[in-house]
Amino acid sequence: MATIVIGGGVVGLSVAYGLLKRGKEVIVLDGADDDFRASRGNFGLVWVQGKGANAPHYATWSRRSAALWSSFAQDLHAETGVDVDYQNAGGVEYFTDEAALQKQVETLSRLRDALGGDYPFDVLDHAALQERVPEIGPKVVGGIYTNMDGHVNPLYLLRALSIAVRKAGGTITTGTHVVKVDAQDRDFTVLLEDGTRIAGDALVLAAGLGAMELAHSLGFEAPIRPQQGQVLITEKLPFFLKYPSGTLRQVNEGGVQIGASKAEVGFDDDEDISTSAALAQHAIDVFPHLGQVKLLRSWAALRIMSPDGLPIYQRSPTALGASFMTCHSGITLAAAHANLMPDWVLESNAAPDVSQFSESRFHV
Amino acid sequence: MFRAMAGEDVKRPISFTFEGRTVAAAPGMSVAAALLAEGITAFRQTAVSQSERGPFCMMGTCYDCVVLINGETVQACMTPVREGLIVARVPIVTQAQAS
Repeated sequence: MATIVIGGGVVGLSVAYGLLKRGKEVIVLDGADDDFRASRGNFGLVWVQGKGANAPHYATWSRRSAALWSSFAQDLHAETGVDVDYQNAGGVEYFTDEAALQKQVETLSRLRDALGGDYPFDVLDHAALQERVPEIGPKVVGGIYTNMDGHVNPLYLLRALSIAVRKAGGTITTGTHVVKVDAQDRDFTVLLEDGTRIAGDALVLAAGLGAMELAHSLGFEAPIRPQQGQVLITEKLPFFLKYPSGTLRQVNEGGVQIGASKAEVGFDDDEDISTSAALAQHAIDVFPHLGQVKLLRSWAALRIMSPDGLPIYQRSPTALGASFMTCHSGITLAAAHANLMPDWVLESNAAPDVSQFSESRFHV
Repeated sequence: MFRAMAGEDVKRPISFTFEGRTVAAAPGMSVAAALLAEGITAFRQTAVSQSERGPFCMMGTCYDCVVLINGETVQACMTPVREGLIVARVPIVTQAQAS
């Protein structure tokens, strides 16, 4: 019997890929083109720096995934011919405000202490940062570098995963809309809008914001909300930026991607000029020469945000064999979702301990 | 390939340079039209494979004709010629070259 994965974005495809590698039959049900698709709108970071500032287990989990990313990218390349351009030279956060830099240094230092010292980062003043990144402008007071960070081309990742899943024998049905799930222990029947019924003995709900529609019927609470992020992308430029940051990275094709705003505006994924202008101003503050370049596109997308910003991994309390996975860092965590989480879905002894990411943490 | 609608006998009194080469143009021509009339079809290289690119749409949509003027990349098809304009190819440094 098949494992049904509801959601054909990066999270659903990553776990589907891993399940196929463990010999499972997998059916992925992907949504419609006009669904909210974080997998197509995201920033493409494999990011550790600053994550889990108040939740060291999330810092550890992010770092564990980042450490798996090289071999994950190599596997995908070998199996699909798609190079997702994973770069792991490290990342830099740029600061234009001394107090903000000091505050972040304190935050990361506390996190490093909580992790027993194993959390490498360098605090760089303007001069030291300029040695690594000569293009920074005078408004940059300093930065924080860590070798834990990297980035990837997220659209190539999505393509590679969909090819890899199909090559491994998985089925991906696109343009589906799940109307309801009949869920009994290890016996699931998914009803699609077109009347099709799909049966499986396990089910993974990884449908991003779409999971909100189905979660309760499967016994999940899914206390998630959309958080809008807007990004800009410039024309293709001579390559200058080796290190990505949380807000600026140069993609392998030359464009500089500028992000990322955070707005609580519900299910609104329209970009607006004032947000674009603020993002552009930040980019120019860090790299003044970007003031001369053309922007080609801007867009908004919706993050999937939990109350504490951490992933949710929850097994259904009402139907054995059903699992819920959601996060706002599907790219960073893709390697863990592909390599580690299948064992959790399959309830194997090799499963990682993700109990701290269950929904019970919201009940305190 | 694009060609001049008015034929080859249009007077081209304006002069500018592309990569140091002198190009003659008529008033009202775009930089792209003037370069094409001069037989120059490759304006730039792509950032990934460094393959040659030139005008495709001539109406401001495709961005395949971008060139460098006064330190800014502009669409050659949307930029009118001016006497003495210094036009260059957009420099390309790939990720592989930089690292």
